[in-house]
Parts: sequence; C-alpha cells; structure tokens
Amino acid sequence: MMIQVSVNNEIKSIAPATLLSDALQDWGYGDSKIAVAINQEFVPRSTYTERALSNNDQIDIVRPVGGG
Amino acid sequence: MNDEQLLRYSRQIMLPDVDIDGQEKLLAARVLIIGLGGLGSPVAMYLAAAGIGHLVLADFDTVDLTNLQRQIAHTSARIGVNKAVSAARSLRELNPDIVLDCIETILDAENLAEQINHADVVVDCTDNFATRFAINAVCVAAKVPLVSGAAIRLEGQVAVFDARTESSPCYRCLYEEDSDDATCAANGVLAPLVGIIGSMQALEAIKLICGFGTGLTGRLLLLDARHMQWREMKLPKDQQCPVCGTP
Repeated sequence: MMIQVSVNNEIKSIAPATLLSDALQDWGYGDSKIAVAINQEFVPRSTYTERALSNNDQIDIVRPVGGG
Repeated sequence: MNDEQLLRYSRQIMLPDVDIDGQEKLLAARVLIIGLGGLGSPVAMYLAAAGIGHLVLADFDTVDLTNLQRQIAHTSARIGVNKAVSAARSLRELNPDIVLDCIETILDAENLAEQINHADVVVDCTDNFATRFAINAVCVAAKVPLVSGAAIRLEGQVAVFDARTESSPCYRCLYEEDSDDATCAANGVLAPLVGIIGSMQALEAIKLICGFGTGLTGRLLLLDARHMQWREMKLPKDQQCPVCGTP
C-alpha cells in the first residue's frame, strides 16, 4: 500500500513513512542545495533523516534565489 | 524635529503606527544597505525619502549601461561611477535632511563586522551567496536584524531574520552554503520585480525601526511574478544550524 504526496504540485507515490532524506535522494535532489517545506513549513535540514512523510503531504522544493 | 521635518514626514507621521515617536526613531536610526543594484536602489530611495537619519551605502561596483533597465537610483550620466556614490547623489536630491555614507571598497570581514555592529538594521541587496552568508553570520553574532531580499528572472524572495530574538531562524537555517550563483547577467530579471521586492525590504526595515505590526521574522515570502502569486512558508529555527544553532 503506497501513499501519495505532492512535490512541487506533482503527485508521487511512495512507501508509507518514507524518510524525507530518502525521498529527496530518490527524487534526484540528493546533492542539491535546496530548502524543503512540508505543508507550508520549512523542515530544518538537521531533521531530514528523522522526518517521515505522511499521506497527502504537500512538499515544496525551494531553490535559493541570490540575485539582487 | 523642526517645522520642515514635521511637514516633510507629515503623511507618515499621521499614521498612528508611526506618529512623532516613530519618525524620531527613523531619524535616529542607522541602516546599512549592502548592494546598490536592483534591490538596493528602491530600498535606499524609500528609506532616504522616509527619513532614516543615517544611511550607509556599500557597493564596490560601478554603474553599467545594462544596470539602468532596473537600478533606478542610477542615471545614464553616471555610467562608470561607483554605485554607492551614484545612489547617494539621487538620495541627496530626494532628501537633503539625512546623513549618507558611501563605502566604495569590497567589505572585508573586519569592515563588514564593524559596519554591521554600528547598524540598527542591515538590508541585504547583494547578488551572490558568499556575501549573503557572510552578512548573515555577522548579523547573528552582532544580534542585528537582517532584511533579506532576492530576485531573478520572474521570481522573488523576501524574509527577515532577527537575531535579537532567540527563536528567530537565520539565513543559514534556510539555505546551505556553496549554493550556485544564478546571476541576473546570465538569467535576466524583469525591472519591476526588483522594485516589488526592494520596496518590501524597505517597508520591513521601517517596521523594525518603529516597532509596529507583524514582522516577517520566521516566514519566507515567495513571489511568482509570471502568475502574480505569493506563497508564504513558515521558517523555524534549525536548532542544529551551524551559525545560529545551539552547539
């Protein structure tokens, strides 16, 4: 039984309780310098390996903008 | 305040959130603006017009023809002039009532620390991540609030990091160092976008100084100008943050 989450508005199926760190690796963001918000709240980077994803989580991958 | 100041600032003094007390705080404030480009232009112009008593303008770059599409503090006649100096000329015409300091050299670690320690608010209008992380680290150490804005293409981001508050996140809680710079020179940027983000930075700086309203601390606003959609995300402090976390 898989759960569904949205990643930048794209629906993805993953195993229940997948860790955020593993999911990011699977989705190709393993080495990217990005910030991740779940349900409109950024997840502290130090907790990526503890944060388990839930059904219907809305995940936003935010790329840094540095221009001025 | 003298009669001319009361008249000059009357339209914001009449706001109960500002009042005489707030205007006096603005006149007594010292704000450091780092970068006088697309963001720094509207930041500096609005803060000068609003009567921030002391503005320190830092930029080592000179005005280029390709800047003028969006960097509205500069003029065609000032191509080749240092950007801090060029901006100061526009600001002086806007408001002869304030103190303007220009820093035309690259701020090394020592100068950056000294300037930030003397500032009430720092406004980050720079165009590269190395400088953004350096400014953030000093603001955390010096406990000086940082108004951070960024824009490229049709995307903008704005946030406030207030190290005076223990629970406030810092820029390093949000992003990792060694992020790749995406420059306006390589990616383009639409002129009014930097005006929107810079204007919001100036507004948040004024709120921090006067001390009214709800600040942007602990939130990141993201603008998608192509679809004119704002998103707001909460930004908690990372307790393990290498800059502001507790070791």
